[in-house]
Amino acid sequence: MAEKVTRRPYVREVPRTRWFFRHPRYLRYMAREVTCLFIGAYTLLMVVGLHRLAQGRASWEAFLEMLRSPWSIAFHGLALGFSLYHTITWFNLTPKALPVQIGEGFLPDAVIAGAHYAVWALLSLILLKLAGAY
Amino acid sequence: MSERLVELEVLRYNPETDSKPHFQRYSVPCREEWVILDALNQIKETIDATLSYRWSCHMAVCGSCGMMINGEPKLACKSFVRNYDGVIRVEPLAHFPIERDLVTVIDDFMGKLARVRPYLIPREAKTVEQGEYRQTPEELKRYKQYTLCINCMLCYAACPEYGLIPKFIGPAAISMAHRYNLDSRDGGRELRQEEIAASEGVWECSFAGACSEVCPEHVDPAAALQQVKIASTIDWFKEHLMPWLKK
Repeated sequence: MAEKVTRRPYVREVPRTRWFFRHPRYLRYMAREVTCLFIGAYTLLMVVGLHRLAQGRASWEAFLEMLRSPWSIAFHGLALGFSLYHTITWFNLTPKALPVQIGEGFLPDAVIAGAHYAVWALLSLILLKLAGAY
Repeated sequence: MSERLVELEVLRYNPETDSKPHFQRYSVPCREEWVILDALNQIKETIDATLSYRWSCHMAVCGSCGMMINGEPKLACKSFVRNYDGVIRVEPLAHFPIERDLVTVIDDFMGKLARVRPYLIPREAKTVEQGEYRQTPEELKRYKQYTLCINCMLCYAACPEYGLIPKFIGPAAISMAHRYNLDSRDGGRELRQEEIAASEGVWECSFAGACSEVCPEHVDPAAALQQVKIASTIDWFKEHLMPWLKK
């Protein structure tokens, strides 16, 4: 007769709030995700700007003056850096999501990610043109 | 033949006597060309016969010897001892319950794999007389990469989402479903979508990409999951915004 088998599997709990410190790749992932907050904050700032514009000239000029403060410049530098990090890390992942098969091969990753950078540059140029930057 | 003494710290758990796992240190004389699996075999043969772990092929094909080596999900048969300095810490695959020592309980994965129907469901059934299901090299290339999965579950041990949300169907099973969905001979996508397009399916994935980083066969499960998300989103738009397309 078969011997009785004792099964008592041991479950290791994953720490709910500190799990991303377990490995550098989790920290890199969290960095990519958390940097979106700065894009969100900048979008809010744009909405506030629009609201001030709607309130009239004095309000708009006060808003512009606020943008010139050292705090504001520091925020813009920070937001730009984090937005770039967010955008670049995501663009570099696009070839995974959008493979383009041609015959028995696939378009190189650099072409797919490169197309995203190209469209990004083009849209930025159009926006700058519309804003009268050149 | 150069030999050196390697210190291995192995997580031990005996369900009959231990209340929780503990590390046990072994000094193993290892040869230059040895992998971690050789060192474990050496322990079992000459030092401690009670050590339990899974292995079979010793050539990165069977997918049995997945374990955490210095905190990284690895195949023990593909990890050379010479690439590690100091004490090497060997633990069972993360995110799976421990059965005994380095042996994990894999029922959860096996159940999920079966749920996604990882086999060909022919578009139209043919009799033997009607001949084989033919495919061009291009059609094969479309999914070939995803056939390389050896079900070693390293991706589950790496996936932070699976660690936090165990009901997530997970990288390998969804990649396998994607492999058959991409197959020109297959017609089972709608059946598989019920499992993989659900919230426990692909939408638990937040594209941390850890699965693809640790995959020993370069299957790139993260790519498969993002492609399933896009295809499922297109399904949704077709169903809700273009109802006239419905059959």
